[in-house]
Amino acid sequence: MNRIKSCFQQTDRPILNIFFTAGFPRLEDTRRIIRSLDRAGVDMIEIGIPFSDPIADGPTIQHSSKLALDNGMSLKLLFEQLEGLREDTGIPILLMGYLNPVMQFGMDNFLEKCAETGIDGLILPDLPISEYEKNYQQAFQKNGLSNIFLISPTTAENRIRKIDALSEGFIYMVSSSSTTGKTSGLSAKQLAYFERVNAMALENPRLIGFGIKDAESFRQASAYARGAIIGSAFVKMLEGSLDLEGDILGFVKSLKG
Amino acid sequence: MSKLANEQMKPETQNSKPETQNPKPKTQNPSPFQVDENGYYGNFGGAFIPEMLYPNVEELRQRYLGIMAEPSFQQEFQQLLKDYVGRPSPLYFAKRLSEKYQTNIFLKREDLNHTGAHKVNNTLGQILLAKRLGKQKIIAETGAGQHGVATATVCALMGMECIVYMGEVDIARQRPNVERMLMLGAQVIPALTGSRTLKDATNEAMRHWINHPTDTHYIIGSVVGPHPYPDMVARFQSVISEEMRWQLKAQTGRENPDYILACVGGGSNAAGAFYHYLDEEEVKLVAVEAAGHGVHTDKSAATTFLGKVGILHGSKTLLMQTADGQVIEPHSISAGLDYPGIGPIYAHLKEKGRAIFLSATDAESIEAGFLLAEMEGIIPAIESAHALAALDQLDFQASDVVVVNLSGRGDKDLQTYIEWKKKRNE
Repeated sequence: MNRIKSCFQQTDRPILNIFFTAGFPRLEDTRRIIRSLDRAGVDMIEIGIPFSDPIADGPTIQHSSKLALDNGMSLKLLFEQLEGLREDTGIPILLMGYLNPVMQFGMDNFLEKCAETGIDGLILPDLPISEYEKNYQQAFQKNGLSNIFLISPTTAENRIRKIDALSEGFIYMVSSSSTTGKTSGLSAKQLAYFERVNAMALENPRLIGFGIKDAESFRQASAYARGAIIGSAFVKMLEGSLDLEGDILGFVKSLKG
Repeated sequence: MSKLANEQMKPETQNSKPETQNPKPKTQNPSPFQVDENGYYGNFGGAFIPEMLYPNVEELRQRYLGIMAEPSFQQEFQQLLKDYVGRPSPLYFAKRLSEKYQTNIFLKREDLNHTGAHKVNNTLGQILLAKRLGKQKIIAETGAGQHGVATATVCALMGMECIVYMGEVDIARQRPNVERMLMLGAQVIPALTGSRTLKDATNEAMRHWINHPTDTHYIIGSVVGPHPYPDMVARFQSVISEEMRWQLKAQTGRENPDYILACVGGGSNAAGAFYHYLDEEEVKLVAVEAAGHGVHTDKSAATTFLGKVGILHGSKTLLMQTADGQVIEPHSISAGLDYPGIGPIYAHLKEKGRAIFLSATDAESIEAGFLLAEMEGIIPAIESAHALAALDQLDFQASDVVVVNLSGRGDKDLQTYIEWKKKRNE
């Protein structure tokens, strides 16, 4: 069984998915961060492929992407760093990235490399559903990769249904109309949106992301979905860290108790 | 004879629109050079946007053609183009320039529009559309500041709130336009990421739109971005070639010139100047890109020469990028042309061989600007001067009719011209 599906089936506890940018804070940190996250007990990891023009990202992830690129990170190098990944961890690993670097790498080549490396799913926010269906769905399936789609508060109900039908794994529920890293707490309006989607009884589990930053927002989000994704808060913590292993353990502990 | 009577007795001049206006396209078949129903120009275009922007872009896609076809929209748009923008813009026979190049050169005077460039044709159209979509706020990106000024202008006209994103570098080199936007009541927010120029201002505007999806319309200034923007902007700019047809007919006896030259950054003025001629194969369409220090230096913005197929700002097009797919910061002395991508229609025109792609360096363009000032008494925007510079690269017949789209005026560039002259004289 696919690692994403079994991850959701194995437990009733909230799923914690942590995002970080590959090649940040230092070029060689990728594997160390993955190992530390695995040891700390996160349920899933999302690795960001840095891009020069990340339009869905707020300042924190923009900044980490820029530093990662300055450090010399590239998709080719990332796959080299991820060789033997499955010796380190058994939890689902996702790659998140914008389409252009993937296109230059070659989509077919990219998907094969992902499968070879042991990647479970992909989040490509600027890949539209129609393009996916028309050009890429078969290749994703052939390589056993889940394409994770986003929904937002303005996504219409019939489109959520369509996304649900196309999804395998989970749906990435963007918590508000925003880029990543908004720091205000969850509002009543957001909670109403979570409830509305909850009531749709979708096939796929949902993870809530964007603006989830601490134990309180993680707990709140998990009350309306199977869990949550934390990115900017983790990336911000990494930048100042002098002890990656210890700080990652502390960060995860503060969320999961 | 009173002055008024005298006016009335004047024969119809070249710039008064004849009765047979809005000639219908010659064929009802969809043009192979126009966008298709899926939002593509051949292999290029599309709408590669995050889900958060989907509802906005989809609403626009579903409604833009319908709104633009409404009689009340057309009435308001045409009236404002005439009374507010000052259209039609003259088609001026540049006698001395023609003598120099031994041919017949006409300048399409978009520089004489209100706000000083072609940009206002589009911002006016889009703000009328935004009103009909029920939007209350407007955002825009700007490079040289011409689109920002044109957006701030129509926002003042319509009483709508206006935010313009502009790269910090461009704010410094286009200060007069920043002051104009502020005087017009717009808020100018510096883009502080990346190269801090047009590309980054566009990123910031898109992020703003993601954060404010319901009450805000994003007025993109060029034929770039996700479908339907490239087509919508081209349609609003198509008034340029629509006028050219009857103006040329009146002045030369034929609607079709031999050449149309226009500068291309994102490509909105060229898209308007080419629009009604895309299917007229005898008309040579010449797109002039900014070569910066030279196409083969690392300081250039000549996308069709240096770009590979990629995706930026929601559109699949030619894109200046590294082998790894990171977007390269382009260079041009003109802040309006240093965009690493290009409208998807140009990627298609290039692939199909329908347009001639040339490039002009910073130096060639500035010199062409001085030449026009000295020979015709017209100071062009440095962007437009790129199109003029390309006159040197073509072999014209004495009987050829050549139109250069003079997309903007050079007031904003005086400082750059002055500094160049100082350096040249040293």
